[in-house]
Amino acid sequence: MSTAVLDAPIAAARAAASPALSAGQRLALKYFLAAMVLFLAQTAFGLLAGLQFIYPEFLFGVLDFNVNRMVHLNAMIVWMLYGFIGSIYWLVEDEAGTELVGARLANVNFWILTAAVTVVVIVYLVVQVGSGTRASIWLINEGREYIEAPRWADIGIVVCMGVFFYNVAATFMKGRWSGISGTLVLDLIALAGLYLAGMFYTTNLSVDQYWWWWVVHLWVEATWEVLVGCIMAWGLMKTLGARRSIVTTWLYIEVALMFGSGILGLGHHYFWIGTPEYWLALGGFFSALEPIPLVAMVVHAVYDAGRHGFRSNNHPALAWLIAHAFGNFLGAGVWGFMQTLPQINLYTHGTQWSSSHGHLAFFGAYATIVIAFIYIALQKWRGDVWMSAGLPDGGWKWKWSLGLQCVGVMGMTMAMLIAGYEQAFVERAMGGSTWQAYFEGQTQPWFIQAMYWRMAFGVVMTAGMLILFWDLLTIGRNETRPAKDVHAPDEV
Amino acid sequence: MSDTPWWASQDFWRKCAIFVTAFMAVILIILTFDTVDAITSGSDRVPAYDVINYRIGYEFDAERNMYAPVIGGEAPLFATMHTEEEARALVDLGKLTVQAKNCMNCHTLLGNGAYYAPDLTKAWLDPGWGNEQSRELLMTLFLTDPVSNARTFGTNRRMPDLGITDEEARGVIAFLKWLSAVDTNGFPHGFEPLPQGGP
Repeated sequence: MSTAVLDAPIAAARAAASPALSAGQRLALKYFLAAMVLFLAQTAFGLLAGLQFIYPEFLFGVLDFNVNRMVHLNAMIVWMLYGFIGSIYWLVEDEAGTELVGARLANVNFWILTAAVTVVVIVYLVVQVGSGTRASIWLINEGREYIEAPRWADIGIVVCMGVFFYNVAATFMKGRWSGISGTLVLDLIALAGLYLAGMFYTTNLSVDQYWWWWVVHLWVEATWEVLVGCIMAWGLMKTLGARRSIVTTWLYIEVALMFGSGILGLGHHYFWIGTPEYWLALGGFFSALEPIPLVAMVVHAVYDAGRHGFRSNNHPALAWLIAHAFGNFLGAGVWGFMQTLPQINLYTHGTQWSSSHGHLAFFGAYATIVIAFIYIALQKWRGDVWMSAGLPDGGWKWKWSLGLQCVGVMGMTMAMLIAGYEQAFVERAMGGSTWQAYFEGQTQPWFIQAMYWRMAFGVVMTAGMLILFWDLLTIGRNETRPAKDVHAPDEV
Repeated sequence: MSDTPWWASQDFWRKCAIFVTAFMAVILIILTFDTVDAITSGSDRVPAYDVINYRIGYEFDAERNMYAPVIGGEAPLFATMHTEEEARALVDLGKLTVQAKNCMNCHTLLGNGAYYAPDLTKAWLDPGWGNEQSRELLMTLFLTDPVSNARTFGTNRRMPDLGITDEEARGVIAFLKWLSAVDTNGFPHGFEPLPQGGP
């Protein structure tokens, strides 16, 4: 008997069990898969860079720290963007009440973007650096933290984002608008427009960094936050059956608070780059307000979850959404607030304190919500199956992966915070930030031990990530029960 | 829905979101015009590129209650007085080299970047170069052959050989000298430069 004959009944059974995914949802799955591959790359290169703090000779001259760190950061940014794009493709048709406009173009766009990302990473790893010419910046590496992608890739990214924006906006225009979709589309315009601020070269480093922060800050501390606010609102409706009028009102409150504090909160990056002294006051004041919307998000998520007695149709997704609310508040809010006043930042700027904040904030605010959306997508893909309490294996895989990743990231964060405290004292306050003082800070036992602890917790995080992959590959596969019915939102 | 007070209504918060966002964006745009003007090279805060012809210090300014760069007498880089155009070209080569060699993913510039290697904001003034007379030579030797000339201060962290040419090294040194003259509102605090003021 041929394998085709054997496979046919299985395929037929699967097709009958799983509701057909829409074009946008099928595309979302591709983005999620690519995002997870990049998550793996981010973690692998993070481990290499962390090891080099302990063993500086490790891969010296082959894969130096600057290359590993660049790939670590870029893989993170791109997997989060892929996760956001996937989440938006996942929800756009449901939210608009119509089919995706330009589905074929969207598919081609995915492959072009993914091919470009692959080429950029290969060039980072193989060519690494160029000569001091404009050609290097156009073809190899722009050498500006977070936005290292060479200029040809920048242009490609803008074109791909344009196509993505067209798909989303045109779908809403064809279907219906809502508070969530209106906010989302306006936010995407700002997000794409801000990227242009990073696409030029200037000799003047102060001007360079002024605009560079427009991209970096106004993405991660403003437009990305609003974007995840939109997808969080949709996620709470779907997993809990939260009422649309409530999540939409909360979304508007969050937008007002987020942009009200975050736009001028940009000023906390303008303390020491040559910009005028008034930024010390403006940046300090407005960035000190930035945790307020994050508190609002926690209140919102906990209120909605509590109001529905934590009865959700997707426990892993809801758990990651709650992890997002708290992680965002702790990582972006509390850890950011710690060093946001100029009187403190004068000593903590450019130390491990910042990387402590960065790790917890990116994980807490963004990794968590993308993972939540992947669970939402998988549930439907596997046939709209049961993912509430009473999973066949007790749901140990998603629980352990969530726990290990949270403990791992929190442990790394605390280790780097201790290292940062020590640097602020020894290098900045006592040593006056000379190179001698820098290295004295790096050789203190508190710093060295922190680097070992960071490594150990990095391994814990990696174990959690691997269990996550295992869970994503298996959860709901042999499940026959339909998804729990949560009260569906009845308003639009 | 009619029981909803005005301050909890969707309509009120939608208007708030639009108004607050627009207002803050306008303020940021106005401040941007002022700031970009204040940080254009040749301004009080960000010097012209021919500052590389002068001695640069870093002293506590009691009036501002912060450290600030002090531009002194002539001290031409590589014993050559550069015109503004020549100086700009040299600093530009340095900036391009700093980007193309991906310096920022080990070092920090103005405190931004990675934390694997020291901050370069005041690299030109760092006491580690010994004295004014030996500085340019030591910097050139280090940049062009960082492995042989490594100084790891007990960390074993070395800078890899990035293939920096003599010309690129001169550009990087000019860029770092110019950078040390940027007014950074007192960052880094308490920094004492190497002894200067020779002939």
